[in-house]
Amino acid sequence: MRVTNWAANYIDERTGMSGLVKELGRKIFPDHWSYMLGEVALYSFIVILLSGTFLTFFFQASMAETVYHGSYAPLEGIKMSSALSSTLHISFDVRGGLLLRQIHHWAALLFVASIGLHMLRIFFTGAFRKPREINWIVGFTLFVLAMAEGFTGYSLPDDLLSGNGLRIIYGMVEGVPVVGTWIDFLLFGGEFPGDAIVGRLYTLHILLLPAAVVAAIGIHLVLLVVNKHTQFAGPGRTEKNVVGVPIMPVFAAKAGGFFFIVFGVIAVVAATVTINPIWDYGPYDPSPISAGTQPDWYIGFADGALRLVPPGWEFMIGPYTVSLNILIPIIVLVMFLVVVGAYPFFEAWITGDQREHHMTDRPRNAPVRTAIGAAGVTFYAALWAAASSDILATHFKMSVEWVTHIIQFALIVGPFIAYFLAKRICLGLQKKDREIALHGFESGRIVRLPGGEYIEVHRQLSEYERWRLLTYDDYQPLMLRPNERGRITNAARLRARMSRWFFEDRIAPVTKGELEASHQHGGH
Amino acid sequence: MPVGTAVVLPDSEQIQNPGFPPYRPRVSDLDPKKARSNERRIALLFAASMVGSVFAIVAYIVFPINANDPGSIRLNNLFLGLGIALSLLGIGIAAVHWSKALMEGHDLSEERHMTRGSEATRASAAEVFHLGNKESGFTRRKLVRNTLIASLALWPLPGIIIFRDLGPADQDANDVLRHTMWKAGTRLTKDPNGVPIKASDVTLGSVFHVIPEGLDDREDALEQKAKAAVLLMRLKPEDLHVSKGRENWNYHGIVAYSKICTHVGCPVALYEQQTHHLLCPCHQSQFDITHEAEVIFGPAKRPLPQLPITVDSEGYLVARSDFHEPVGPSFWERDHT
Repeated sequence: MRVTNWAANYIDERTGMSGLVKELGRKIFPDHWSYMLGEVALYSFIVILLSGTFLTFFFQASMAETVYHGSYAPLEGIKMSSALSSTLHISFDVRGGLLLRQIHHWAALLFVASIGLHMLRIFFTGAFRKPREINWIVGFTLFVLAMAEGFTGYSLPDDLLSGNGLRIIYGMVEGVPVVGTWIDFLLFGGEFPGDAIVGRLYTLHILLLPAAVVAAIGIHLVLLVVNKHTQFAGPGRTEKNVVGVPIMPVFAAKAGGFFFIVFGVIAVVAATVTINPIWDYGPYDPSPISAGTQPDWYIGFADGALRLVPPGWEFMIGPYTVSLNILIPIIVLVMFLVVVGAYPFFEAWITGDQREHHMTDRPRNAPVRTAIGAAGVTFYAALWAAASSDILATHFKMSVEWVTHIIQFALIVGPFIAYFLAKRICLGLQKKDREIALHGFESGRIVRLPGGEYIEVHRQLSEYERWRLLTYDDYQPLMLRPNERGRITNAARLRARMSRWFFEDRIAPVTKGELEASHQHGGH
Repeated sequence: MPVGTAVVLPDSEQIQNPGFPPYRPRVSDLDPKKARSNERRIALLFAASMVGSVFAIVAYIVFPINANDPGSIRLNNLFLGLGIALSLLGIGIAAVHWSKALMEGHDLSEERHMTRGSEATRASAAEVFHLGNKESGFTRRKLVRNTLIASLALWPLPGIIIFRDLGPADQDANDVLRHTMWKAGTRLTKDPNGVPIKASDVTLGSVFHVIPEGLDDREDALEQKAKAAVLLMRLKPEDLHVSKGRENWNYHGIVAYSKICTHVGCPVALYEQQTHHLLCPCHQSQFDITHEAEVIFGPAKRPLPQLPITVDSEGYLVARSDFHEPVGPSFWERDHT
């Protein structure tokens, strides 16, 4: 104890740390399983940093040609780049090298996946609303950075599969009007594949992008502390408080322990399941390729977008070629991402609500938002499925043409179906909640009244259970009214239309009057 | 704060928040025996973690990697990994279990405040800017301010310009992408061993992956191969629909087409012998060899460029010329010569 006291005093007298501990040590964190998703992302990133640092000590980011001599006999004497040869060295000659490579790769897959799920959680619960719009943008940036980190890392070993991935990037950039070949030559240092790209991607992968990710995570967490965490509605919880466990000791133990669990699970998977067996693919060569090539899962939606373009989308303007078969997918992908990033501002504009929101919605209580989310997920899923069109075809014994046509159809029509279904389900659930809150739920107990009538006894909820069902934000469609100058602007018209779209079908929360009336009515 | 279109009920219509529900004690709150058994369980998990760490170190030593023995890599990977996993999971599960079963379980509440600063703080912040402006004369001295802005706008430009040499300074992309190694008389050789191909070796229905002779001697072999790779097939001459001007591009039904997809450049390596279709495994573009490799499915637009071929005096297949158009993906200036 004396040592601890001495150390605490030593540090405080030089840093004034006690203020920080006092301020943050007992900060409250609400608890819900879905709040874990962001934690998974954070912890897998730490695993990526640790395992990646180990790999840099052995990896050589060079495309200089070398002849492989190492423990993996099938490739003995084969010409390849230093990048691949050193990756093979890591996998087959360094003890634990393969393990760390696989930890790194699995952690990267988990990183992007958990960011995606975390974003969905934020979206469907409306946790992006004021004051958290900026943090939504920061998190969105992290999602894009994570994909960039993934793709650059995937390209580094310079094996057959990653080389083909780069070939596709080169080809896509070539399709950009006017500047396409210029960008390619700058990026790759000339013709494909050249001898520069692996080294350049390496600098991005281990320096620039991680620095950006670390900076963005820093901002993300600082804003999390400043804004405090959101919470679901529950008894005792209001917009003015935050209810949960303190950092010291409960949250620290839970979150700290959870880091080890995430790391441990990744380690189990890496110890038992092979990922990216570059030794099977061999060195990059522009000529061979195997059937069923596809990228890591998070790039799938981009690859799928390329596959879904119907034949013939290319035309000439005078002597110049316009590759719509490249441009349209790029535009669609960028638009999709822009819509995702901009959504909080769009919804804020429609509602005009400038209050702070710290209570998150249950998805059913924002039917149109949930439906939009469902449509977006379906759209993404169709693009994603398209990246495996050939594998789906062989798996289901269909022709690849049919699979492509079905997914093209799903891409256009699927979001509308998902939108409609999700909205109806939400409204139905809201009605059910309302019913249960007002009249309780069927207890299954049938009682015969003195007059001979049979009734089923309804059991009332406790007031704590009921509270959870009753509290949510309710909006009504915007009334179109002239502004101060007596005019109705087009923007106002558009906003009114959007507002009608959002809030026309609404189930209003139960009011005190309704609740009392129902209770007087007599409990069933 | 404006509430927009939100429906805000008057207080009289709002249902009262019932406040925190009563605390439901856990078994370990009530029964000291249960608490102690939880304690033992947690300690056991920490001990398991120690075992895992030691096991991982032992595994590192007793499962070395032996040259040419894939089994040794598997064992090293498996046991080192499982040891590390146990060491991590022991700590993780123990800590979480501790927090859930033994640590104080009551929910606590903390007040939230508006995110924006108080009016006083905001006024002070505004005053800071005001003073900064007044003391520097930022808005008053317009000449200084505008030249500052202009100079700040210009200074990053050299930093952008110096990246010009990321790309080669002396190459015109259109020129480079337009030409391949093929020229009149270049022999077609097998990929990858470089053995020349006799016309008589190409039987009906066969397919050859082809590179130009002398490819391996080039410094830039990969770049050249990325443009010059060719597929060679023999069809019945009557199955070929030959357009005008290309009558002598095939040799008795032997045709050579660029292997580089006109979509985004993957090798179009899958040949369906029965239908004479070529399939790109990346994005499923399909090309019909009987109709000069025109696109019959998928996102590609242009047919694969054809390499005009003939035979030399020894009966080996040779190119008549280079391709007559750039191979590979379309680019903006490809038809601008």
